[in-house]
Amino acid sequence: MRTRSLWPYLLIAPTVAGGAFLLLYPLLKAAVISFQHFRMGELIRGGAAFAGLDNYAELLAGEEFWQVLWRTVVWTAINVVLIVVLSTGVALMLVRLRRGLRLALMSALALAWATPIVAATTVFQWLFQSELGVVNWLLVTLGFDSFRGYTWFANGTATFAVLVILVVWQSVPFAALTLYAGLTTIPAELYESARIDGGTGWQVFWKVTLPILRQLFALITSLEVIWVAKCFPQIWVLSQGGPDGATTTLPVYAFKIARVLHRYDLGSAVAMLTVVVLAVALVSNLRRMVRQ
Amino acid sequence: MKRLTLNAAAMAVLIMTIFPVYWMFLTAFKPTRDIQAATPTFWPADPTLEHFATAVNAPGFWTYWRNSLVVTVAAVLIALVVALLAAFAAARMRWRGRGAFVVAVFAAQMAPWEALLVPVFIIARDTELLDSLAMLTGVYFMITLPFTIVTLRGFLAAIPLELEEAAQVDGCSRMVAFRRVVFPLLAPGLMATSLFGFITAWNEFAFVNVLIIKDQDKRTLPVWLSSFSDVFGTDWGATMAAASLFALPALLLFLFLQRRVGTGMTAGAVKG
Repeated sequence: MRTRSLWPYLLIAPTVAGGAFLLLYPLLKAAVISFQHFRMGELIRGGAAFAGLDNYAELLAGEEFWQVLWRTVVWTAINVVLIVVLSTGVALMLVRLRRGLRLALMSALALAWATPIVAATTVFQWLFQSELGVVNWLLVTLGFDSFRGYTWFANGTATFAVLVILVVWQSVPFAALTLYAGLTTIPAELYESARIDGGTGWQVFWKVTLPILRQLFALITSLEVIWVAKCFPQIWVLSQGGPDGATTTLPVYAFKIARVLHRYDLGSAVAMLTVVVLAVALVSNLRRMVRQ
Repeated sequence: MKRLTLNAAAMAVLIMTIFPVYWMFLTAFKPTRDIQAATPTFWPADPTLEHFATAVNAPGFWTYWRNSLVVTVAAVLIALVVALLAAFAAARMRWRGRGAFVVAVFAAQMAPWEALLVPVFIIARDTELLDSLAMLTGVYFMITLPFTIVTLRGFLAAIPLELEEAAQVDGCSRMVAFRRVVFPLLAPGLMATSLFGFITAWNEFAFVNVLIIKDQDKRTLPVWLSSFSDVFGTDWGATMAAASLFALPALLLFLFLQRRVGTGMTAGAVKG
């Protein structure tokens, strides 16, 4: 049906207007600010002067940016690998479960998924509380006596670990349910013939399941990379990037220098660099998705 | 034996998945002496509502509750209407620039929202929309819009055009055909996307922090909850009651809609 009318343009007009005003314009503005001298004074008075590449030079010359970048890469890699592996396991498990247990597990996943981020983060603070937290109690009961009164949030690595557990716990449900939906579309005959040919469970997974769901895996992996790398409220509420910057990833770093140091120019530069890093990391995947 | 291992593993995953949520509600109902007991109890022996009273009576609770609800519902509804129009144009019509539009919407899903905090603050200030729920609604609408369009387009594309044409042959106008035939089939898609939008907007934390500065009465629940646990830091019963009250609407909505939406939600999101 080819319409030569104005209708399609009228229908997308609200979307285009909203996008221009609340997405495109701020994005361009952020890009401009990153090339300006823009601090507290400029924010209040206006009239920021251009500073060329000064902000980027300052960032790239300093040691902290590279530490934060490296930490963000490690943070993203650990989380995404755990999320993809665990949710694949859960999805494969869901397919094999009997109806009752499957529905129970799916409801549990839905509940974990629906728990608002700030509420979940508060709960994890409580679970890992040093004196009364149930995690320390469990570890001591299991015989790990060194965890008696252990203060998770005083140690950088421990705080990092708690954040990984939190983000993986929150992210597995979406990935697992999506993969499960994908698995249910694979015809059973394919599995049967693979079994008749004598394939073991692993072989069937690598030779049958994975190739069919390759696009779904690619989609989930790139979505999770984006979400994990940009994840902010969990880290901010739980640790504010601490202790000693041990959990400061790029978005937290950008927020900190903008909000605490009032270096809006530097904060925008960090944000722009985050976008560039993500785009580079995902370019091949994005190209494939756009082509579809 | 194999079945036994599978079921045991499934139970373990089930417990690990549900435990934090269970622990939140359980703590909220526990008397303070049980919360502070050396050995935790895993079942509510004598439940109490005192922590909920503390949370509900905390200054501003009802105001923030109402703000959150108003902003979230408004943002989701506006996004649904605007997205439905755009998704219809993208899925059902042929026009110059359609491909570019679809790619742009897809790319907009990856918008670096944290990078836009300062510019959005400047826009709000210059249009005198700081400390206003309208600006917050606008931002949440825009955050949820791209996903909503992509998902609805996926659902619309799955509904055969022939159904619509048959209705038009039967003498319905295109509008009536859409309302009578397509709209009911689209219901699961609308529910799935509004669910997703609801959770996103209900959760949002960074923009409230930046856009609501002076007028504390315009804050929303996430901000309230994070400051509540600072103020009530040692009162875990009250903090967990507050967290439960914050989580409840999302959990209820999810459980209620999940049955109707089923896996269609994820299927729609993936097909997009």
